[in-house]
Amino acid sequence: MIEGMEKIVREHRFFADLDDDMIKLIAGCARNVVFKAGQYLFHTGEPADEFYLIRQGQVALDVVAPGRSAITFQTADAGEIVGVSWLLPPYRWMHDARAVDLVRAIGMDARCLRGKCDADHDVGYDMMMRFVPLLVSRLQATRMQLLDVYGTPA
Amino acid sequence: MTARTGGSFVLDDPAPIVEALRADGWRVIGPRLGDGAIVYDEIETADDLPRGFVDEQDGGHYRLKESGNGRWFDYVVGPQTWKKWLFPARQKLWSASRTDDGFAIEPHQVDFPKTAIFGARACEIAAIEIQDRVFDNGDFADAGYRHRRENTLIVAVQCARSAPTCFCSSMNTGPRAEAGFDIALTELEDGGFLVECGSDRGAGILDRIDAIAADVTAKEAAQAVTAQAAQMQMRSMPQNIAGLLKDGLEHPRWAEVADRCLSCANCTLACPTCFCSDVEDVNDLSGDHTERWRVWDSCFSLDFSYIHGGAVRRSTQSRYRQWMTHKLATWWDQFDTSGCVGCGRCITWCPVGIDITEEARAIREEPARETAS
Amino acid sequence: MVPRVARVLRARRELSDVWTLDIDAGVNGFVFSPGQFNMLYAFGVGEAAISISGDATDHGNLVHTIRSVGKVSAALANLKAGDAIGFRGPYGVGWPVEQAEGSDVVIVAGGLGLAPLRPAIYHVLANRDRYGRIALLSGAREPAGMLFRRELEQWRTRFDVDVAVTVDHADSDWRGNVGVVTTLIKRAAFDPDHTVAMVCGPEIMMRFAAIELEQAGVPGDAIYLSMERNMKCAIGQCGHCQLSTDFVCRDGPVATYTHLNRLMTLREL
Repeated sequence: MIEGMEKIVREHRFFADLDDDMIKLIAGCARNVVFKAGQYLFHTGEPADEFYLIRQGQVALDVVAPGRSAITFQTADAGEIVGVSWLLPPYRWMHDARAVDLVRAIGMDARCLRGKCDADHDVGYDMMMRFVPLLVSRLQATRMQLLDVYGTPA
Repeated sequence: MTARTGGSFVLDDPAPIVEALRADGWRVIGPRLGDGAIVYDEIETADDLPRGFVDEQDGGHYRLKESGNGRWFDYVVGPQTWKKWLFPARQKLWSASRTDDGFAIEPHQVDFPKTAIFGARACEIAAIEIQDRVFDNGDFADAGYRHRRENTLIVAVQCARSAPTCFCSSMNTGPRAEAGFDIALTELEDGGFLVECGSDRGAGILDRIDAIAADVTAKEAAQAVTAQAAQMQMRSMPQNIAGLLKDGLEHPRWAEVADRCLSCANCTLACPTCFCSDVEDVNDLSGDHTERWRVWDSCFSLDFSYIHGGAVRRSTQSRYRQWMTHKLATWWDQFDTSGCVGCGRCITWCPVGIDITEEARAIREEPARETAS
Repeated sequence: MVPRVARVLRARRELSDVWTLDIDAGVNGFVFSPGQFNMLYAFGVGEAAISISGDATDHGNLVHTIRSVGKVSAALANLKAGDAIGFRGPYGVGWPVEQAEGSDVVIVAGGLGLAPLRPAIYHVLANRDRYGRIALLSGAREPAGMLFRRELEQWRTRFDVDVAVTVDHADSDWRGNVGVVTTLIKRAAFDPDHTVAMVCGPEIMMRFAAIELEQAGVPGDAIYLSMERNMKCAIGQCGHCQLSTDFVCRDGPVATYTHLNRLMTLREL
């Protein structure tokens, strides 16, 4: 139900303080999704058509390299976002996303949302200003991971 | 005569004082000629003193010349400092030996004979008093240093001349020593010495000598000697340099001086207040006996700040900055005094003639543009 | 500067390169404050500054957790029960466990930083009613590199402490958080106006964690870090551990972020 979707969108931390018109607009691109433990939200290389706002559960982001088992480089929990590659071409996922336990999420149709951003730049600007802090924070955290600060010095 | 603290006398030459010290069982360390410089070593009589010599000093330059005038103390400070004796370059701390069930440690007892420092200049007395604060910092007192210090008697020489590298006047450490000595000598312009008694211990030595009390003329002549030495100083440290350095940690001058600095550590070896040290564990061939020694170290060495696979101060720039800001600024926070006494040794003994007063001036006159934080 | 000779009671391997030694503190016992360190001596090899990692109320047992990274630490880490070891201390300024009374406490540990924090954790948990909410956040490189894992799991079973752990990366066997330890700060529950934070780990990690805590509203003078520098004497007389005005062995190793902020961001200070 559209009204139910609006309520769910409004409740998610990522869309806090959004006005009613925007909520309606965004809810039009949203749907409810559930993933069982071990199920993949998406795989590396697949089109980034849908990204996820987690409501419950934990998602592991993995990379797979030949000859070794998957390495998890990040986990995301309730209130967090999974998937940023939908923002820019070529709109393809760069990693796997796997539900660690039962995951309930809002699936956002990326093409739908991109369309609405293009049509109304105010919506576009608002969406970007919500995503940019998240990306910056992820970048800083990733940098620290890269530094491997706990590793034994050479 | 009966001497007392604060009293003064006149003498023709310093020989009776050396004799009195030796007669009272003091080992006397004083200035001597060595390797073309004034060095501090044991003397037996006043004849061992480098009478008639004068030095020529400037950035990266030191020569000794004969003055031809028979004056005893016209030279100023050489490459060595009294820390050679009070905080020696190698000190045994303790030894240890393996036992049946482990090992046992035996602390080393410092055995320092009563030693008279003969010829300490005002800047050097200031430096000794600074090191006193380092080696007894309120929480930890170095027993070996304290033992040496207690067994040391100081005969000061008030400077009659300043080298171009001297700047004690701007550091308020000289050229006249007002206190900190047991006996002080001033070589007067017309010959002879004014002898000041600075302590009971000094009085005990002076009581063994025949000397007449000094009159007003002699005392005024002595004041004139050091006043003249102060007036001829050619270098000075800018005032308020501590604050300027703390604010100027990213000043472009640091990169500029780093281009010249060889990080050879001469300045820290020649400096009378530098106290940094390292520890060495020395084993015998059997591996059953070991000794721990303390040795002089320098913040200019690359390994000085080594942690976890790398040195914190890798660049010469950072090491020069550390030395200079410590000496002139953060020393105040640590010991409530400047670390510099204006003796000028770091200027003379720097192979490329880096001048700490010039560097200070450069940082003062072109203040770094501080961005608002 | 002369060490006492003591006996190793027990040597326990924590991780592939990390051991914990229990040392007999002798008849008179040994008293220290959480966050202080000793200089440990391995016969004929040398001394290293190692934080005390045991319970400050246990005066008979002196505990040190040592990572084998260099000549001296390798020699110390290789000691076995019955071996002799030298130590002197305790030295340094420790964690503000008294100042933190009446406040929420956020403890952020990175890698081996959990070892110097452990005495503070013991103290806070043993005096639980003196503190508000307690959050213990611990990060490691990977699950196999998690120090004191069993103790973390035990603390986690308490109802009066929030324990969250994370690793930088893991394989799919790991069913916990993956990401840097700073990400746990956002999710921890504490009142920033009445919180004391104690942070220990590699300097980069401490800096990032302090920034995160400040962004969460904790004032810089309520955030405490534990610094590390080259130490030879531990009594402020050899000059090696200087960080600007401070001798880390005497004015630290624990100090506030307000005091350390500029000192940590100035390159090669």
